[in-house]
Amino acid sequence: MKKMMMMATAATALMAGSVSAEDVKIGVILGYTGPIESLTPHMAESAELAMSEINDSGAFMDGMTLVPERADSTCIDSSAATAAAERLITSEGIKGIMGADCSGVTGAILSNVAVSNGMVMISPSATSPGLTTAEDNGFFFRTAPSDARQGQVLADILKSRDISEVAVTYTNNDYGKGLSDSFVSSFEEAGGTVTLAAPHEDNKADYSAEVGALASAGGDVLVVLGYADSGGKGMIRASLDTGAFDTFMMGDGMYGDALMDEVGAEMPGSFGAVPWSSGQGAEAFAEITDAAGINGGSSFTRESYDAAALIALAMQSAGTVEPGEYKTHVMDVANEPGEKIYPGELGKALKILADGGEVNYEGATNVELIGPGEAAGTYREYEIKDADFETVQFR
Amino acid sequence: MEFFNAIVALSNFVVIPALAYGSQLALGALGVTLIYGILRFSNFAHGDTMAFGTMVTILMTWWFQSIGIGLGPLPTALLAMPFGIVGCAAMVLLTDRTVYRFYRAQKVKPVILVIVSMGVMFVMNGLVRFIIGPGDQRFADGERFVITARDFKTMTGLDEGMAIKSTQGITVVTAVIVVGLLFWFLTYTRTGKSMRAYSDNEDLALLSGINPERVVLVTWLIVAALATVAGTLYGLDKSFKPFTYFQLLLPIFASAIVGGLGSPLGAIAGGFVIAFSEVTITYAWKKVLVYLLPESLEPSGLVQLLSTDYKFAVSFVILLIVLLFRPTGLFRGKSV
Repeated sequence: MKKMMMMATAATALMAGSVSAEDVKIGVILGYTGPIESLTPHMAESAELAMSEINDSGAFMDGMTLVPERADSTCIDSSAATAAAERLITSEGIKGIMGADCSGVTGAILSNVAVSNGMVMISPSATSPGLTTAEDNGFFFRTAPSDARQGQVLADILKSRDISEVAVTYTNNDYGKGLSDSFVSSFEEAGGTVTLAAPHEDNKADYSAEVGALASAGGDVLVVLGYADSGGKGMIRASLDTGAFDTFMMGDGMYGDALMDEVGAEMPGSFGAVPWSSGQGAEAFAEITDAAGINGGSSFTRESYDAAALIALAMQSAGTVEPGEYKTHVMDVANEPGEKIYPGELGKALKILADGGEVNYEGATNVELIGPGEAAGTYREYEIKDADFETVQFR
Repeated sequence: MEFFNAIVALSNFVVIPALAYGSQLALGALGVTLIYGILRFSNFAHGDTMAFGTMVTILMTWWFQSIGIGLGPLPTALLAMPFGIVGCAAMVLLTDRTVYRFYRAQKVKPVILVIVSMGVMFVMNGLVRFIIGPGDQRFADGERFVITARDFKTMTGLDEGMAIKSTQGITVVTAVIVVGLLFWFLTYTRTGKSMRAYSDNEDLALLSGINPERVVLVTWLIVAALATVAGTLYGLDKSFKPFTYFQLLLPIFASAIVGGLGSPLGAIAGGFVIAFSEVTITYAWKKVLVYLLPESLEPSGLVQLLSTDYKFAVSFVILLIVLLFRPTGLFRGKSV
């Protein structure tokens, strides 16, 4: 028995030895199958674009190379996601995780695998407010803003428009409930009144009961925190038809051209917020993704690029690829002070860090990590005019 | 004035939407109940049969729209509906020939037919998604409103508005016509009588020389027509999305069972019972009461019996109560 153990150990050592010592593996854990399978290929390609940009520069950790290792989070199956992460950490020997994508599996990987193995995770797309307070020992970051922040932004928008009484309807799932709770508490803190916060189910036959109750409760606008191609649209349609509400405020799930095509013309003056990136970073990102032939306009591609870049820059800043060591450097490279770094300039950032300088990684989404390491996020406040979204300002 | 405001608010948010929804459910439940009464199984594929018929109607509607044929203020879909019925009838007859007839010849137990209908449901579901896609489709045109909430307010000078959508009007009117035709057919025509005879006692009907295949054929034709009409009306009033039609199956079955499976009259009553209970029990009565009660008695809360989260629980509680105390349904259908 002992002999066999020895052999096994020797074999493991041999296998480990066959991987070049210069390779640093990074897990890219996203839901390649499941409800967001149409988004994840673009997200993974964007993250891998950042890694190849770093490899091409040759400036990373005295010539080390980053090697992406994909694994499937499934988006919904926590045990499958946990197993995938476990495999990457124990048998592939990854040094960081770009992922996971959906909030549920991200929380599962974080608590079951990442914290216990001391692995840094940077999620590009988990937005649940619950993750803000998750026990992470400083290993978890995200480049997507928490919905708690969105709730605050929505409350601010109402305040700036002097609207003090609203009714709320949200899609009956973790996203809708979380966003609704954060919005209601921010709004009430600011002195507003929520007459009724009622959930609606997606894909249902009829929404007249929900609209009837909300209309009876009253309010100046109806806050719709749902999905543009599902129950959210059904609620707006039914409200407009019965004349219950004619102005709406919408959360990020409601941003879509389909909504405008169908009901946009009937709801002028309605408004809402959606996470947005604009300016130098977004343009630079569009340039390099076009050059690489990647769909950079898809959702969360920018956040994915930034997540991968942050891992590499933190390693460079710490001078080591050990997660336990470089985790404290993530916030340093993401925030001020230092030279601003945009997509396509990762090589420059690596050189500055190698020379002992400081960088402020802006990336494609104007990255600024706040609180326990999550993006502050920029939101675009829009108003509907002539059946189109018109930008009011950025928040 | 206060009293009229209360009435108008109640009609706008409760009575009118529930009437339209109830008519759609009733038409769907009629199809389910006919199959149960005559072919003796619960057809789980009914929601997707509706989706299939509606899909054909939508494709025809788009074609009519593209070549400029319309009905003016009425939706073009009404013109396309007969084609939808033909398409749907072809589809259900094909399923009957290839699937159900085999099992009927074996004289299998109804529960096996239920499982078979589930298989048919999945195939039809996939077919519809394959042809028209899983997303939302729009095909409504013509005038949207008979009267809008705003016009109503300016016309009457009341504080409350009442909106009547043209689709709601069309739904109720069509439902009345279709139900009238069905009852006339079942009561006065030879084929209708033979269908009822077959439903009441299969052996006796066969002995008196009724051709069972003909009864089955006519039943499927009627069911196809009912399903297409119900589906199209529903799609016009709300929107067409295959998954929603699949979800419609539950309230439709609830309606058919509450009314009494196998009883056409019961299906209609059941549809309205389910629709009205979903809307009224979760309605917040504050608005209506504020108009009706003197100021000192005005409620401060919402006066809502149940939160709208429990909307679906309501129809199922009614279903449970009916099954416990009157297993044959309100109108003495067959026991489940």
